[in-house]
Amino acid sequence: MNRNVKDTIVESVAGISVLLIIFIILSILAITIVGGWPNLNWTFLSEFPKDGMTKGGIFPAIVGTAVMTLIMAVAAVPFGVITAIYLAEYASEKSVFAKTIRFAVKTLAVVPSIIFGLFGLGFFIGFIGKNMDGIFNGGELRWGQPNILWASLTMALLTLPVVIVSVEEAIRTIPKDMREASLALGATKWQTIRKVVIPGSVSGILTGTILAVSRGAGEVAPILFTGAAYFLSDLPHSLSDQFMSLGYHIYIMSTQSSNVDATLPIQFATTLVLLLLTFSLNGIAVILRYRIRKREK
Amino acid sequence: MDRKLENSNNNEHSPSQKLVQFNKKKFRFSDWFAEKVIKAVAFLSIAVVILIFVFVFREAFPIFRMDVSEAVPTELLVQETYGGETTSAPGTITDSQVEYSNKQQVSGEKPSSTLFSKTWMPVSDNPRYGILPLFLGTMKVTIIALLFAAPVSILAAIYTAMFAKPRIREIIKPVIELLAGFPSVVIGFFALMVLATVFQEIFGYATRLNAFVGGIAMGLAAIPIIYTLTEDALTAVPKTFTEASLGLGASRRQTAFYVVLPAAVPGIFAAIILGIGRIFGETMIALMATGNAAMISMNPFDSVRTLSATIGAEMAEVVFGDTHYSVLFLIGSLLFIFTFALNALAEFYFKNLVIRRYQSKK
Repeated sequence: MNRNVKDTIVESVAGISVLLIIFIILSILAITIVGGWPNLNWTFLSEFPKDGMTKGGIFPAIVGTAVMTLIMAVAAVPFGVITAIYLAEYASEKSVFAKTIRFAVKTLAVVPSIIFGLFGLGFFIGFIGKNMDGIFNGGELRWGQPNILWASLTMALLTLPVVIVSVEEAIRTIPKDMREASLALGATKWQTIRKVVIPGSVSGILTGTILAVSRGAGEVAPILFTGAAYFLSDLPHSLSDQFMSLGYHIYIMSTQSSNVDATLPIQFATTLVLLLLTFSLNGIAVILRYRIRKREK
Repeated sequence: MDRKLENSNNNEHSPSQKLVQFNKKKFRFSDWFAEKVIKAVAFLSIAVVILIFVFVFREAFPIFRMDVSEAVPTELLVQETYGGETTSAPGTITDSQVEYSNKQQVSGEKPSSTLFSKTWMPVSDNPRYGILPLFLGTMKVTIIALLFAAPVSILAAIYTAMFAKPRIREIIKPVIELLAGFPSVVIGFFALMVLATVFQEIFGYATRLNAFVGGIAMGLAAIPIIYTLTEDALTAVPKTFTEASLGLGASRRQTAFYVVLPAAVPGIFAAIILGIGRIFGETMIALMATGNAAMISMNPFDSVRTLSATIGAEMAEVVFGDTHYSVLFLIGSLLFIFTFALNALAEFYFKNLVIRRYQSKK
């Protein structure tokens, strides 16, 4: 075969692969928007589910997701930022300790999310929760069962690598001159980190937090048996309450509901809400990250 | 705070004392303390990995020593909790499970001996925990997903890295990486509502939800991983390779497939391996799109039940500490070992291969 013909064919096939992926992305978006938009209004967002979950809104699921990701961020961000500071500022590239941390972070990033769920069940609920009940509650069951705190902490472990990677990337873009200027003025290393490195990486910390929240809002497997509930008539009032979440709501409504067809509009609208939420968060993160990378140049 | 203190200290010292201070590095408690605290917090990531190991295995361990006589307390536990609750919230015990726990002693079989049998029937009069069909189902889905995702994403990465104009490339990359931002429950929902119907119309098979639909959907979840890492591997090949090849008169296609691609092979393998890890552990898509029937068959259009979906579907309804519970944790341990090993392989073997290649050629 002619070389030019071969070139054209191969390049077209590669181009078609790109188009195929983009086509799939667009069709997921289009179908979700077309199916969900008509049912998306203020009452849907602000009402509790009604009539055995066949009518009404998703208000408790939105609140549950928000509260869960908030607790998750409060737990994950400080630990993630400090680990990133250690990796970027203190650890030498050759130290075994730093290498082990890097490997551990990568492992956490690839461990299937369902394993985090198992860990949450075995460690937070079965070990910490049960022992807390034994010590503080005289054996009465309060913490030794699924609740929003354990679900959030499980999710925090899952999103820890997201925070670490974003923050470390941002710290590495801070010019060396600034650190050296600070040290030359007599500041100690810790002062330099506090006054130069951390302020300089605020946008990176923000990016990491947003990405973590977006990931945490979308994951369902870790909360399947650590705190998410099918239906609650009330919002969670304390850390030991269960909660409803958007992703879990989609899963339950589309697979476990007794009348899947009747709730179809609710399913699509819930999916649209979740997708809009994660997409807008990811969009903000992309813009922030773009600005950080621009600084690098 | 401590800076102010230092300033006031310095004012009291004479210039000569300052010089001495300058030469001798002063021990500063705040600095020393901060470093120790930061190091301790950084250790948390390692601790979490170890804890996952310990706790997932700890809960799986009883399966190996649980014999018939020890299974009796399970029954007592069931009777204690049963009866109070009327709703079907997670954690509530269903009638069938009570029955099954009662019958367990009758069957007189050690639970661990049924692990390699061919049936997965954890909730029955004679429970059997054969993980073989689950394992087979997972393999089937993984292979289908990989056959779809690997060629598509590698070709797309080649197009992005080698053929596309820089302006178009700036658009393609973020758009494909959008796919990574789709929550897996959304991809699962799309597979359940759209893919399943479309594929059934095209291929005309009997069961709507099956390994094929699930595999394609999981492939979608793996595409961004394989694509991004392959693209990275391709762009990491030194520019001199490409320029030398093009300079000798080779076309862009020839350069891509005979020069750049071979040089990037270890990186692409690492990408595929991490993609396998993602598919293997994917839970929500498996739960929603594969049909969840544990059977042994080679037909890609039959329903399957994957390892991770089994955990996701059954853990919420299982009795804490019972055999079924331990078996699910055992499955979790297998998943964990497998993904851990894949990650280690990608990290140490293939990354080193990439580094060695380029260093020896520079």
